[in-house]
Amino acid sequence: MRTKLTAVAAACAMAFTAGTASAAIEGCPDQITVGTEGAYPPFNYIDENGNLQGFDIDIANALCEEIGADCSFKTQDWAGIIPGLLAKKYDAIIASMSITEERAQKVDFTNKYYQSPARFVGPDSMDVEISKQGLEGMTVGVQRATVSENFLRGEFGDVVEISTYDTQEEATLDLTSGRVDLVVADAIKLSEGFLDSEAGEAYEFKGPAFAQEKYFGKGIGIAVRPGADNLKQCFNTAIDNIRADGTYDKISQKHFGMNIYGG
Amino acid sequence: MDWQIIVDSLPELIGGMWLTIQITALSVAIGLVIAVPLAILRLHPNPAIWMPVYGFIFFFRGTPLLVQLFLIYYGSGQFSDALQQVGLWILFREAYFCGVLTLTLNTAAYTAEILRGAIQGVPKGEVEAARACGMGGRLLYRRIIMPKAFRLAWPAYTNEVIFLLQATSLVSVITLMDITGVASKIAASTFAFYELYLTAAVMYLILVYGLLAVFKRIEYRLSGHLRAAKDTTTDSQQGPALR
Repeated sequence: MRTKLTAVAAACAMAFTAGTASAAIEGCPDQITVGTEGAYPPFNYIDENGNLQGFDIDIANALCEEIGADCSFKTQDWAGIIPGLLAKKYDAIIASMSITEERAQKVDFTNKYYQSPARFVGPDSMDVEISKQGLEGMTVGVQRATVSENFLRGEFGDVVEISTYDTQEEATLDLTSGRVDLVVADAIKLSEGFLDSEAGEAYEFKGPAFAQEKYFGKGIGIAVRPGADNLKQCFNTAIDNIRADGTYDKISQKHFGMNIYGG
Repeated sequence: MDWQIIVDSLPELIGGMWLTIQITALSVAIGLVIAVPLAILRLHPNPAIWMPVYGFIFFFRGTPLLVQLFLIYYGSGQFSDALQQVGLWILFREAYFCGVLTLTLNTAAYTAEILRGAIQGVPKGEVEAARACGMGGRLLYRRIIMPKAFRLAWPAYTNEVIFLLQATSLVSVITLMDITGVASKIAASTFAFYELYLTAAVMYLILVYGLLAVFKRIEYRLSGHLRAAKDTTTDSQQGPALR
């Protein structure tokens, strides 16, 4: 606990000094509205005081600072988050969105800002092999409109019963109540948001990590409206810059105790 | 407008429509069976009887259906161990059961209130006449009060059933694949929100107006005695408007 606290304090101090030192990237907007889900801890969520928190939010703030823009946030349910961007409710989506071909037909993506595989989670006591035979007849919970859903339908859709939920938290609720046998989602999300919590004590990862590009794309990126090349370029430069000056590593260490940028 | 997506998703949407019809029919049927005794007990002079009934109606009319749905679905999930011990978990485990249970209780509460109003609206004179003929208790209710009350309640009850049909769209949040569930699933993966939800809206329209036609028909039958009797000797050609 103490190491965690000092890490947080260090990160805050760094963010502060970095903030005063950084210069704006030229030719970038000075106002950006960021859309996020706000229901996906520990990446983006609303804390007990009603403030947006999480890795995505910290990254968004760091990027905005790097760009020299004033950023405000809007929360939007996951399934409507792309339509909301297209309807100009916000200028960019920073909400742990995987860069997939399907989505890239509707929106433009920046380079990735992190990458994490998908994994299954089930009760400790359960012995299961993650394969077509092993999963036969099981019920698996997954968040609606996610890459994990596409993966589950594509690979195991013909042998498992699929329950879809509006948020990942509802899927894990139904795992703990026993309505579904397994859930599948982003591995970091499951480990930080569920397995490390009290509710997730008696649960563990099952089977290997999945990261086929066909389903999971090229990592997690920022979505902007098609044709917003300038904004995209600004974010790309800012991602490179915060990785180079150590800000990215600080934020990632603060949240996960490791750098999650991935290979 | 991408017609191909609509055509491609029609079979799955029709599957969802079937689930919507099932859930509506079950909830309406069971809800009505519960509502009749509730309405009668609601009018009982003894507070020990009408108070609990009123409490039930008060709760289900006073809270949003979505909250009731979450309460029964995720709420029961939290007590799955206790429910398992009494053997009820096997029912509550199913989203289908939780959905139908919530909608049934909800519509029972509303229908009971509609029927209560109708029972109170039965003209005193009719009740007195029946009593004068020696009818009382069950017979009075069965022969005089309830038939009259049903006729009075029918238009309001038609509305309630239509509201319920539309309210079934909420069950998609507890994993059931009704019309809305299927539409949102396909829309989320194809991003064809406009096409899918428009198709879903048309399907609900068809269901609602189909239902309305049936209920109007029943209303027409129920009110036969209120229309002027057809005189068999004069046919329509001799109607006054044509002369």
